[in-house]
Amino acid sequence: MIEITTNPIDRNKVIIAAETSEAGAMNAFIGTVRSKTSEKKVIQLEYECYEPMAIKEIEKIINVANSRWPILKVAISHRIGTLKIGEDAVVVAVSTAHRKESFEACQFIIDSLKQTVPIWKKEIYEGGEEWISAHP
Amino acid sequence: MKLKIKTFGIARDIMGGKEVEIEIGGNTVSLLRSSLLKKYPELENLRSLFIAVNQNYSEDTTQLVESDEIALIPPVSGG
Repeated sequence: MIEITTNPIDRNKVIIAAETSEAGAMNAFIGTVRSKTSEKKVIQLEYECYEPMAIKEIEKIINVANSRWPILKVAISHRIGTLKIGEDAVVVAVSTAHRKESFEACQFIIDSLKQTVPIWKKEIYEGGEEWISAHP
Repeated sequence: MKLKIKTFGIARDIMGGKEVEIEIGGNTVSLLRSSLLKKYPELENLRSLFIAVNQNYSEDTTQLVESDEIALIPPVSGG
């Protein structure tokens, strides 16, 4: 399952989508909106996405992960739009026969997602706003 | 050739529209890049700037046609 949604992410739905009776392990990563960045007090985040390309890039990441680890099922949901403090921005779930592979594959997928998938977040903090990672 | 460019994130703020048109005197991604930097010098300050052609990251040598779906990809920050 790959999903990009403006609605709150249903964690259970993502986990259920990665379940299979052959799995002995499932690793799930949940990325959430934190209240502070350095000394700035964050009010909300605004995510935007180039959706058709984002889906394709996520598929590429899953293909690479499948070639490196014996993954049984993967499910990914990424939220876009306006997110408040504490809300889930992304949920990744990976099931494998043994736990080591599920940890490694899940970390690879979220790390890669942050590097290549065309999704952008703008931080709205007290007194200003900023596109994250835009400048060196 | 005249190209339509989709813009996102900070690139949209710099270029002032969800989609901008630009005329270039050739057909490569590298020429498109240099034309965009000339027209919008603030793009130079970004940590990275990729150009996607038909929803795939392109190379500098990728050749363009007017019907391509072209997007400017400033530094991504998903997750």
